[in-house]
Amino acid sequence: MILLDFEEQIGELLEQLEKLREVEATAEIDMTGSISEIEEKIKKKRKEIYSNLTPWQRVQVSRHPERPYTLSYIEAITGGDFIELHGDRHVKDDKAMITGFGTIDGKTVMFIGQQKGANTKMRSYRNFGMANPEGYRKALRAMKLAEKFNKPIVTFLDTPGAACGLEAEERGQGEAIARNIFEMLNLKVPVICIVIGEGASGGALGIGVGDRVLMLENTWYSVISPESCSSILWRSWDFKVQAADALNLTAENMYDQKLIDRIIDEPLGGAHTNPEKTFETVKNVIIEELEKLGKLDPVKRMELRRDKFLNMGVYNEG
Amino acid sequence: MAEENLGWFTRTEKGISTQTKDKKDIKERMWYKCPKCSEVVTNQDHEDNLGVCKCGHHDRISTKRYFEIIFDDNKYKELDRNITSADPLNFKDRKNYSERLVGMTKKTGLKDAITTAVGKVGGYALVIASMNFEFIGGSMGAVVGEKIVRAGDYALKNKIPFMIVSKSGGARMMEAALSLMQLAKTSAKLNQLSEAKVPYISLCLDPTTGGTTASFAMLGDVIIAEPGALIGFAGPRVIKETIGRDLPEGFQRSEFLLEHGFLDYIVERKNLKEKLAQQLRMFAN
Ligand SMILES: [Zn+2]
Repeated sequence: MILLDFEEQIGELLEQLEKLREVEATAEIDMTGSISEIEEKIKKKRKEIYSNLTPWQRVQVSRHPERPYTLSYIEAITGGDFIELHGDRHVKDDKAMITGFGTIDGKTVMFIGQQKGANTKMRSYRNFGMANPEGYRKALRAMKLAEKFNKPIVTFLDTPGAACGLEAEERGQGEAIARNIFEMLNLKVPVICIVIGEGASGGALGIGVGDRVLMLENTWYSVISPESCSSILWRSWDFKVQAADALNLTAENMYDQKLIDRIIDEPLGGAHTNPEKTFETVKNVIIEELEKLGKLDPVKRMELRRDKFLNMGVYNEG
Repeated sequence: MAEENLGWFTRTEKGISTQTKDKKDIKERMWYKCPKCSEVVTNQDHEDNLGVCKCGHHDRISTKRYFEIIFDDNKYKELDRNITSADPLNFKDRKNYSERLVGMTKKTGLKDAITTAVGKVGGYALVIASMNFEFIGGSMGAVVGEKIVRAGDYALKNKIPFMIVSKSGGARMMEAALSLMQLAKTSAKLNQLSEAKVPYISLCLDPTTGGTTASFAMLGDVIIAEPGALIGFAGPRVIKETIGRDLPEGFQRSEFLLEHGFLDYIVERKNLKEKLAQQLRMFAN
């Protein structure tokens, strides 16, 4: 397991544990007592660290290289009963955006999400989870398809931002995201959006307008990444920790600001320490939320979605 | 998202440095030098030309000036004058956001980055929400979102066409995710206008970038721009850093967007009022 800088003490304990196991295996001495003692210490340490994470540390966990990505969630939640759909029907198939039909306990759901890669080769193949306009248009095509056949939509947000480059601009990155936001406020089927990693800016919001917007415990969502915020407002890359504080970007911050509807718990130590448990929790939350949303009249549900976003904003008057 | 705010910072600093050189300051007050062709004219002439140089360069002008140009006899009613930014996050970078706001109002005489009004254009009623670039780079926070929504409501209730004049670096960082959500908030109102078949015109000015482009600026029934305006999602500086080479001439300018299919037409400032009246007439008849 890859440990983050603030998990150093866990690393030392893990090494001790490894050594004990080695001794047990080679010397054939029963070390059960010492092993469980260390395991208990690790658990305690994890709890101590993870109950006091700073916003910047949450950002680090959200970017943990072993953190599960969209396709792993879909695979686990559907039990493999998933058909991926490709292409925006205009330009190409954007590998940073996944769309497709899958089932949850026999019922069909349209899954959409940004996809990051797990190794160097795949990271580049997936463009680091940064979708181009064709990715957003592919997502919109999938949403319209879901609406046509009256299937609910679940989106997974995990992006460091929308793709940035000559082609993205030529093909209208701004228009593509704007269109998605507009159309998502129009959908007559239930829409659940879940931040599973990074929720950076318009690139995230482009698939993030839902009846229910949820965040996993160790994710972040804001208008800009802490690094870019530091570079612009502090004019230096060195203030990312302060920027993470200032941006109020954690799930808890977002819930307090009434910008998201619910926080989903992660296993102690983050989603990557127990992906199976994370998938199970997320699946159960989706089932629960879809059941509630399914009871609402489609037009009423859409109006409630619009009203929710229309009420966002704090200002003074008079 | 709001990387174009950098432009605003640069300008602020320049302003500070020139204040110490009084002579230069006075000179700059009397003369306008075109950044494109270097032609020098008196400020009076520049203003009489609506801020447009002989070479065609459209200089940035204020919302007040646009209202003078667009509305019949410069008559209009300003809407929702008294909505101002709160500082819900107690945001602090090198400076407190609350202090920034006070300083901006003092400097510009504006309450925030948008002014909304209703009036007539060639006899046709029009509600306009016009962004103020001079106020924190025209950045969109909760006030911009709320005033667009309320102006949109006014248009909706009175069945009057709506126009948003964009001139903005994008979402306002000091309001973090609250400002990001203004993209969805404003779009929700545009959805209602669209369903009620109330026309919505988006006029993109220099610059229209970031969250502004990723929401209302690109959602017009008709999307128009002045010549040479910078319009894009990512700012040119960021793109240049990402791709590691210079950007092609004219990249992300109005003419480039027209060519790529993202604008309906480009209108010179001197023809703006006439063209808007024509457009409104065609929606009406
Ligand atoms: Zn000139």
